[in-house]
Amino acid sequence: MKILVPVKRVIDYNLKPRVKADGTGVDLANVKMSMNPFDEIAVEEALRLKEKGAATEVVAVSIGPAKAQETLRTALAMGADRAILVETDAEVEPLAVAKILQAIVAEEAPGMVVMGKQAIDDDSNQTGQMLAALLGWGQGTFASKVDVTGDSVAVTREVDAGLETVSLKLPAIVTTDLRLNEPRYASLPNIMKAKSKPLAVKKPEDLGVDIAPRLKVLKVSEPPVRKAGVMVGSVDELVAKLKEMGAVA
Amino acid sequence: MTALVLAEHDGAKLSAATNAIVTAAAKLGGPVHVLVCGPQAVADQAAKIAGVEKVLVAADAAVANQLAENVAPLVAGLMGAYDAFLAPATTTGKNVAPRVAALLDVMQLSEVIGVEGPKTFTRPIYAGNAIATVESSDPKLVLTVRATAFDKAGEGGSAAVEAVGGAADAGLSSFVGLEASKSERPELTSAGTVVSGGRALKDADTFAQVIAPLADKLGAAIGASRAAVDAGYIGNDHQVGQTGKIVAPSLYVAVGISGAIQHLAGMKDSKVIVAINKDPDAPIFQVADVGLVGDLFTVVPELVAKL
Ligand SMILES: Cc1cc2nc3c(=O)[nH]c(=O)nc-3n(C[C@H](O)[C@H](O)[C@H](O)COP(=O)(O)OP(=O)(O)OC[C@H]3O[C@@H](n4cnc5c(N)ncnc54)[C@H](O)[C@@H]3O)c2cc1C
Ligand SMILES: Nc1ncnc2c1ncn2[C@@H]1O[C@H](COP(=O)(O)O)[C@@H](O)[C@H]1O
Repeated sequence: MKILVPVKRVIDYNLKPRVKADGTGVDLANVKMSMNPFDEIAVEEALRLKEKGAATEVVAVSIGPAKAQETLRTALAMGADRAILVETDAEVEPLAVAKILQAIVAEEAPGMVVMGKQAIDDDSNQTGQMLAALLGWGQGTFASKVDVTGDSVAVTREVDAGLETVSLKLPAIVTTDLRLNEPRYASLPNIMKAKSKPLAVKKPEDLGVDIAPRLKVLKVSEPPVRKAGVMVGSVDELVAKLKEMGAVA
Repeated sequence: MTALVLAEHDGAKLSAATNAIVTAAAKLGGPVHVLVCGPQAVADQAAKIAGVEKVLVAADAAVANQLAENVAPLVAGLMGAYDAFLAPATTTGKNVAPRVAALLDVMQLSEVIGVEGPKTFTRPIYAGNAIATVESSDPKLVLTVRATAFDKAGEGGSAAVEAVGGAADAGLSSFVGLEASKSERPELTSAGTVVSGGRALKDADTFAQVIAPLADKLGAAIGASRAAVDAGYIGNDHQVGQTGKIVAPSLYVAVGISGAIQHLAGMKDSKVIVAINKDPDAPIFQVADVGLVGDLFTVVPELVAKL
């Protein structure tokens, strides 16, 4: 079974994003970019399935600018076998990403697509579910455990009520949550090796996918800032302050 | 514009999140209908929400566990009669709504926090560090809505309840089981007070010994940072943040939590924020209304005694 892993290049999670003064977006000029953290977890899970013998090949795919090749090289350095970049400088919305991935799935015929539950830039949490709908596949979203047996996969999902387990017929989509695994670091030799692994470049047009946006961003603004608070020096002061504010009886 | 709202429930009880989504749906200006994938008893509760015109109830076994593979085609099939589909931004809503959107070939708007016009909405991006105002050009709207951003519609309605049949098993997935965490405490996302603990709480026993008495004293729900959940101090359903639950209680007490942007994303709309941390430079103090620098292992028991 082949596993396809979509990975997105996003602002590094350690950085605090800054809204551009003209309200058109978030300033990404000269900002460190990394692989979306949930996608690192997805790559790791695919590699573990391969190491367990449940998968035979791991293919990473990214939709984005030429620089997204760096993200794909990271996936290759972690251990993915090859990579596909669908290159575009346009902002691609989740629905269009899902359609591009649908076209890649048609070419690659993977038994599973393992991807992040959420990209930490748009915070959409949509693409996996949309891809599953387009393909008519089952979806195991927010996964904290993935168990492949024969032609099905059991996925334990982190849901608001606790942990839910579903069983899906393969092929299926899995989206990763934080506690699925701890992604490995790429070793230096593997980073060197990744440089010569195959990386194919395509365009959305080659796949016949219309990526025209459906949403128009009218404005991006700073969230309301909280008023500066006070520091208190003791528990007594804390209790007095909370009573004064009416926060406790 | 007629709107269809997906009801959130646990198979017996309607969740209050549903009432908040009804408020958001009403802002679109047209009639509001609610879809319950579950038993009649839940539909009867939904029928009492003020402002709901009609409740649709799909009692088929195929949708009883809210499997997206079965719920989404049902919703997509109903959408001929609706202009908008709204689901709460819960794990259920987030699982189902994008699947509906793709079946309708429309883009979803996630975690909507404001309705600015019939097709224009605000939503947080980048862990809440920016707010985007977004206009949809699609013929139909599919939204997930953040319950804490809208007042809950009250009771007093008497909507008609109508059965919808035909929800089929797509044969793609099956429900195996739910390991639900049981707690006598208020539910985290709707609690008036939340006490959250972080990595500083050391282990599960220490977490419980330090945090529980304070939560009991305040009648609070218990939350946690990702670090505390990852380390197994408490279950995943307690995580507050960008990728956990979003809370906006009257009082939020952060104990031994540094205040990473991903955590702040889940709690910075709380009315009063109290932070207890031994590091005076911890970023949590930048959003706190009241901050106390100190060792939580002495501060918290003292606070419990003095409240
Ligand atoms: C993709 C992604 C998503 C994430 N989503 C979330 C999320 O939803 N929610 C979330 O919370 N995090 C999330 N995180 C993690 C986040 O970045 C932080 O790592 C996490 O919030 C840190 O948890 P913490 O504050 O408990 O731990 P730490 O950052 O280690 O902070 C512990 C704090 O305790 C204080 N302390 C230690 N001992 C004492 C003592 N005796 N008395 C008083 N204070 C003490 C320290 O000064 C420190 O400030 C996410 C990260 C990523 C990459
Ligand atoms: N441009 C992209 N390239 C590759 N994968 C993507 C892209 N956008 C989204 N994804 C995948 O879809 C997941 C969810 O993203 P989103 O729906 O945007 O929150 C991500 O974690 C990725 O695995």
